[in-house]
Amino acid sequence: MTTPAAIVMGCSAGGVDALKAVLGGLDAKLTQAVLVCCHSSSDTVDLLCEVLGRVSPLPVIEAAERHAVRPGVVQMAPTGYHLLVESDLHFALSIDPRVNHARPSIDVMFTSAAEVWRETLIGVVLTGGNVDGAKGLHRIRQLHGVAVVQSPASAEVALMPQAALDIAGADHCVALPEIAPLLNRLCLA
Amino acid sequence: MDQSPVSPELDNIEVELFVQALQRRHGYDFSQYAPASLKRRVRQLSDQLECKTISGLIERVMHEPQLLPRLLEGLTVPASDMFRDPVMFRALREQVLPVLASYPQINIWQAGCAHGQEVYSLAILLEEAGLYERTQIFATDLSERALQQAQEGIYPAREAQQWSRNYQASGGTRSLADYYSARYNLLKLDQRLRRNVTFARHNLVSDGVFCEAHLILCRNVLIYFSNLLQDHVLSQFRDSLVRGGFLCLGLRESLDYASSSADFSPFAGPLRIYRLASRSERKLA
Repeated sequence: MTTPAAIVMGCSAGGVDALKAVLGGLDAKLTQAVLVCCHSSSDTVDLLCEVLGRVSPLPVIEAAERHAVRPGVVQMAPTGYHLLVESDLHFALSIDPRVNHARPSIDVMFTSAAEVWRETLIGVVLTGGNVDGAKGLHRIRQLHGVAVVQSPASAEVALMPQAALDIAGADHCVALPEIAPLLNRLCLA
Repeated sequence: MDQSPVSPELDNIEVELFVQALQRRHGYDFSQYAPASLKRRVRQLSDQLECKTISGLIERVMHEPQLLPRLLEGLTVPASDMFRDPVMFRALREQVLPVLASYPQINIWQAGCAHGQEVYSLAILLEEAGLYERTQIFATDLSERALQQAQEGIYPAREAQQWSRNYQASGGTRSLADYYSARYNLLKLDQRLRRNVTFARHNLVSDGVFCEAHLILCRNVLIYFSNLLQDHVLSQFRDSLVRGGFLCLGLRESLDYASSSADFSPFAGPLRIYRLASRSERKLA
């Protein structure tokens, strides 16, 4: 397989603990951009970036409008906006209607990332309480990217990973503690 | 699955052809819109209008002129709320309106007003500050259909709770319900709120400056534009604003790639409220 250029990750209910486990286990040597979409009821992702930045060896920041996607950095979708990636590898935001009741929507981010990174993209669906992410993961697989899904049994809320499995299927379906080691292997291979 | 298995290359060609068709057939230029969102919206239009492919949509662009208002709405109108980002409206209320109060006549341009939620929010702020009688709001949008809806001021009632919370958080001391009537799952804004609003069609891509404004609100509109077009529109805002006039953008908008941003100095920085710098300041910048 070609070396991955980026990882996109989505979650909702139970997502903060899952993100801590995954981002906390990433290898500091990773050069992939990591894009995260986490549904949340808070006004900003400031606190989330801080909490995750404490456990992750990679810096965690909010993705900034028009700025370049940064390799080796975790970039969070801002609250209230869909996050998209342009083909010149810069971020774009949108306030188009919610998708699956969510903005940012995982499907929107996954779909635009899939079309930019194609077979060099890894999509990860974690715990969550709705079906967002499933269609996006399907698009990632259509374009020959790699799909990783947290095993529903290991998820705090199984609905989101189960929907991803049902609709998109997965190349790897593993328990939460296995996800970071798997990503490290895929990315450092 | 409604997601097209079409390859991204093919999709990109079709979107490009669509943009050309719209430009040559109807004179609307979307070539400087940011590609990722534009592509999403073109695909959605194609799905909503039950075209099998974007090429199918292109045929309708060419041969069904009555479709144009629908196309423009689909390509440009985002989702908004009343008092979206209450902290920004609070800053308007507490920091900007007191400055505007020193002018005998206040002109406000709401650029890209979409369905009008922010126009009514603004009218309420001005009413409560006792400034509305000497204010003129120009609410402009590219989409005729959006402007019609904005004038009607009718929205789904399910939004009411969130909007009331936003209103309170923006420093509102009354009840938002004082400003609308609700029935049949709809709420209708008090039409007295638009007594000093002029709704007009205006295309930020191709139309020029039309008023001398003390305040311009253009929130989450430029996010859909390329860096080049963003810069062009900002220079129009500069030409439209009085010296010391205010510009409000969306909370996550970045001016880092726009050279015209040198003309604006942050007033309430993180809230993306700017003031037009004086000429001498601009030379130094």
